[in-house]
Amino acid sequence: MTPTLTLFLIVSAALFCIGLLAALSRRHAIFILIGIEMMLAAANLNFIAFWRFGAEPQQPTGVMVAIFSIAIAAAEAAVGVALVIAVYRHYRTTNVTKLDRLKG
Amino acid sequence: MAGLISALILLPLAGALFAGMARENYARGIALFFNAITAILAVTLWRNFDITAAGLQIVERHAWIPAIGAEYVVGIDGLSLLLVLLTSLIFPFAFLAQRRGRGYCALMLVMQSALYGTFTAHNFVLWFLFYEMSLIPAFLLIKIWGGENRDRAATKFFIYTFLGSVAMLLSFLGIYFAKGTFDFAALAELGRAGPLLNGNLAWLAFAGIFLGLAVKVPLFPFHTWLPDAYETAPVGVSMVLTGVLSKMGVYGFVRLLLPLFPHEIRILGPWLLGLAVCSIVFASLAAWAQSDLKRMVAYLSINHLGYCMIGLFAVTASAARPAVEMQAALSGVFLQIFNHGITAAALFYYVGLLEQRRGLRGLGDFGGLMQRTPLLCGWMSVAMFSSLGLPALNGFIGEFLIFKGSFALAAAATSIAVLGLLFTAIAFLRAMQMLFSGPLSESCSAFPDLLRTEKWIVVPVTLLMFAIGIAPQFLFNIFNTTVIQMARLFA
Amino acid sequence: MSPWIVDHLWLVPAVPLAASLLILSFAGSRSKGAAALAIIGQLIALVLAVAAFIPTLQEPGWRAFHNFTWFTFGENAVRIGWVLDPLAAAMLVMITLVGLCIFVFSMGYMAEDKNFSRFFAYLSFFSAAMLGVVIANSLLLLFVCWELVGLASYLLIGFWIHKPSAAAAAKKAFITTRIGDLGFFFGILWLYGSSGTLLFYDDGKGCLESAGLLAVGASATFIALLIFSGAVGKSGQFPLHVWLPEAMEGPTPVSALIHAATMVAAGVFLVARVYPLFSLGAVDGVTPSLTVVVWVGVVTALMAALIAIAQADIKRILAYSTVSQLGLMMVSLGVGGVAAGIMHLLAHGFFKALLFIGSGSVIHGCHHEHDIRKMGGLRRVMPVTFLTYAVGMMTLSGVPLFFSGAWTKEEILHQTAHWPRSQAPFYLMLAGVVLTALYMTRQMIYVFFGNRRAAAEHAHESPRVMTVPLIVLALGTIALSIVVTPAWPWLHAYLSGEPARFEIARLIQPMLFVSLALVAAGIGLGLLIYRRAGAFDPLERSQPALFRFLENKMWIDELYAHTVIAFSRTAAVLSDWMDRYIWDGFVRAFGSIGQAFGILTKGVDERGINAAVDEGVGSARGVGRVMSLWHSGQIQTYLGAVAIGMLALLLFYVWLA
Repeated sequence: MTPTLTLFLIVSAALFCIGLLAALSRRHAIFILIGIEMMLAAANLNFIAFWRFGAEPQQPTGVMVAIFSIAIAAAEAAVGVALVIAVYRHYRTTNVTKLDRLKG
Repeated sequence: MAGLISALILLPLAGALFAGMARENYARGIALFFNAITAILAVTLWRNFDITAAGLQIVERHAWIPAIGAEYVVGIDGLSLLLVLLTSLIFPFAFLAQRRGRGYCALMLVMQSALYGTFTAHNFVLWFLFYEMSLIPAFLLIKIWGGENRDRAATKFFIYTFLGSVAMLLSFLGIYFAKGTFDFAALAELGRAGPLLNGNLAWLAFAGIFLGLAVKVPLFPFHTWLPDAYETAPVGVSMVLTGVLSKMGVYGFVRLLLPLFPHEIRILGPWLLGLAVCSIVFASLAAWAQSDLKRMVAYLSINHLGYCMIGLFAVTASAARPAVEMQAALSGVFLQIFNHGITAAALFYYVGLLEQRRGLRGLGDFGGLMQRTPLLCGWMSVAMFSSLGLPALNGFIGEFLIFKGSFALAAAATSIAVLGLLFTAIAFLRAMQMLFSGPLSESCSAFPDLLRTEKWIVVPVTLLMFAIGIAPQFLFNIFNTTVIQMARLFA
Repeated sequence: MSPWIVDHLWLVPAVPLAASLLILSFAGSRSKGAAALAIIGQLIALVLAVAAFIPTLQEPGWRAFHNFTWFTFGENAVRIGWVLDPLAAAMLVMITLVGLCIFVFSMGYMAEDKNFSRFFAYLSFFSAAMLGVVIANSLLLLFVCWELVGLASYLLIGFWIHKPSAAAAAKKAFITTRIGDLGFFFGILWLYGSSGTLLFYDDGKGCLESAGLLAVGASATFIALLIFSGAVGKSGQFPLHVWLPEAMEGPTPVSALIHAATMVAAGVFLVARVYPLFSLGAVDGVTPSLTVVVWVGVVTALMAALIAIAQADIKRILAYSTVSQLGLMMVSLGVGGVAAGIMHLLAHGFFKALLFIGSGSVIHGCHHEHDIRKMGGLRRVMPVTFLTYAVGMMTLSGVPLFFSGAWTKEEILHQTAHWPRSQAPFYLMLAGVVLTALYMTRQMIYVFFGNRRAAAEHAHESPRVMTVPLIVLALGTIALSIVVTPAWPWLHAYLSGEPARFEIARLIQPMLFVSLALVAAGIGLGLLIYRRAGAFDPLERSQPALFRFLENKMWIDELYAHTVIAFSRTAAVLSDWMDRYIWDGFVRAFGSIGQAFGILTKGVDERGINAAVDEGVGSARGVGRVMSLWHSGQIQTYLGAVAIGMLALLLFYVWLA
């Protein structure tokens, strides 16, 4: 079985769906963050796949974008975790269903 | 001598600035100092005035706001000079009457400047500016330094006169849009040549100006602000209000209403004469019924200005107009303006002296003063007799000439108006009886008689009353030419 | 060529005036110097008056005047001046002479008063004003002095100002005369308007000369009557006589000066002065205005004489007697006897001054008691006063031969008898003569005869300074009769400008017997009624109602108080009330309209405009609230919404493709 674009895209879509499911269903803020990271990973996978099976696979353009994206994701995760900690300190909980101060 | 009148207008303003910044105790001194200078200027003006020449003299003319016809024109004729002299006489008298702080002095000086301006300006915009400028200090003076009910009286005074002024301003705007000038002389010429405005518009303009001036004089039935305001105002302010401010209205009648609307006045003649007669008779009757001395003098002030108004209306409203009678009435009115200024101011001054000593000023609060303070009573009686028109004092000649003129021009109205002379006498004699005669009231037993400083004020004023009563020619000289000219204008 | 005095006639009033001013300015309150100054002033005035009298003797009807411009208004000069003619000269001498006697008398009478100096200042001022009236050659100047006379009388009547009654009397005198003066003022205005001048004599152009009278024409009747109203006020004629008896509140010398020589004489003098206006267009010497003068005089004379009978105050009796005599003079003027009227005025000046200061002497002797019922028997203790008073009484009653007043009164009766219009005034005047004799007899009996009652017990004769003027005046009264008898009617001729002839036969005339009989009747009646009079008046006992009617002055004061005065007072209160509530009510109503408008706009603003905006905002908020329900704050819900949105977008693209 040769690796084809479609195969990669299916894996990527599955990864995304798992991440989305995690972000939507888990109550713990950290797990939601993890879900979001998974969705980002799915997106990076798409980039790589489209680059590798694209018109100019010799140029490292796709890799560059993916590396940047991973770096940003790392930063985002750091900020996210910091926020979660700050929220926890303030409200003594990380259960997102309880954090509803933003409601109208 | 060109800047003389401008200097006269500006000096009190400068004085107001100085007095306003000075220490409380020095303010009156500064005000008197500036009054001394303005008095010198006024006398210089008199010296430079050519009594034989008709028309405006010592005129200054500068462009101001040409777009709306506003021009800086000041000048004097006999009437203006007479009133300038009167102003220069009454203000020092009023300053001497009461010791007050800097705010008071500054406001009084502003009012003085405004009065000089009113009596010398010959362009409506400029005139109106000064006319209104006198109103605000008067309002503040009553409102801040007045006696009982001062808020109410001051507000009534201000709103009433201001309403009149607004009506007048609107009327003049109407005339300006029709004729394109604000200059008094030009307007008088136009008024003589034909109606200034057409149809109902003319009546509207007439009504506006009439209202403004009638309130100021005041003419019955627009007079009700006066007793309240005069009663509550501090003595010095009452003196100025009755001595000079009330003359602004009469001056306005002579200068504005009568020359501009001869036709309307002719039609309304009997009614206007009727109002003047009501002023005379009702005010003197009301004076008789007063129990407050100051209020009584206020009513008699209305009565005396009523004589001025009957003279003016008789001159302009009657059909047949012999020159002699017109000149008699006009001369009488002018003389009465001056005389009333002095006499009424003196009366308020005496009321102030009594109030200072007693703390009250009801007629029933005194009694038997003649035994305790013969000098005060004597000099005060002179002022009272002058006011009731006793010959050999200043009141008589003016009233005689007014009645001579108006009797020939409007006999019926004059016949009723003469009753005013009787009621005035009754009111004064009643006051004299209650104040001076009878047993000495206990509350008055510690009164000091006239103090030396008070004598220095009283004696010159009284001598002036006698001088005018016995040898009035020096006053006639000021305005004779103007009288002849005006009689011709109204003929 | 006019004598020096004509150009300097102004000095006559000026000297007393100067004396008055000097006293007021410099004298202490009780300085003898003040009296000396006043008397010297009066003496100089007397000398000048005599000096003025002399040239008038030159020829009958001599007249000189001096006019000058007082002031110029517009192009017109107001001219005044003075005139010297027999009328003025005779009055000048009478006033200064009588005045001098009164001044001297006052020195004694007022010696105790604490405002002694001021009294003399006022007296001098009074004298000056009166002299000014007499010499005036212009109705305007006359009016000026006339009013000053009024002022002086006001000051003098109210001299004892601590007495409320004196102050009230002074006020009443001033106001009552001023009512008359208003008419006078009107007359002046009218005359000025129609004749163009107020000078009496001005080389043919004056208002009393032919040209002026021609210009006045038919309105002369009204002008004359208006001027007469001034005279009515000043001379105490009916209906303005009410002030005169009350003027007795003043010190007695004042009463003498007012009721004899000066103020009251001014009215008669005025009518005499402007007589050409009254007689203009006369038919048979009768004009409507003169007829009015006659009837006013008749009513006054009789009414006053009747009232005098029932008065108890010695001065009031004399006051009513004065009113009555002035009425007599007015009758004389009215029937055409100008000279007779003025002669009586001059004689009256002397004998009434005599009677008044005689009464002053009595009052002084009786320690300021005025009630004649408390006196009696004074003839022994006060012989000089008694004798001089008797001279005055007989002159006033009209006892013939030696007493000037009798002759002049007779002359008036004579004139009245020949009045063409009616005989009634003549007979009424005869009744007046009887009444005069009656009330004077009553007074004499009460004061000088009978027992000495309460006030007379410690009576004493007055000092020399008071008796000498009495003697001088008594002698003057008698001496004057030399020139007023019909045998040698010098004064009559002098006043009317004719040469006088001496003719002894004319002395005895039928009228002499008539008046003799009447006076005898009056005095006899008086003796009969009052012979045994005690503290009660016999008339009061027999006719109580009539007596009370007369005693209360016919209730004329009360009538005025309840009509004219009450009416004017009500008018005054009413106009004050109208001022406060009606005229000011309009103003306040107008102000209230403004205020109401303000309240209205405030309401519109609050309930209308503001409420609408509030409403809109409220509904927007409601919508927002509904919308905000979507924002649950559940982050996963939001995320789910995003996911669904993306899915929908995806399906949309798939569907498009």
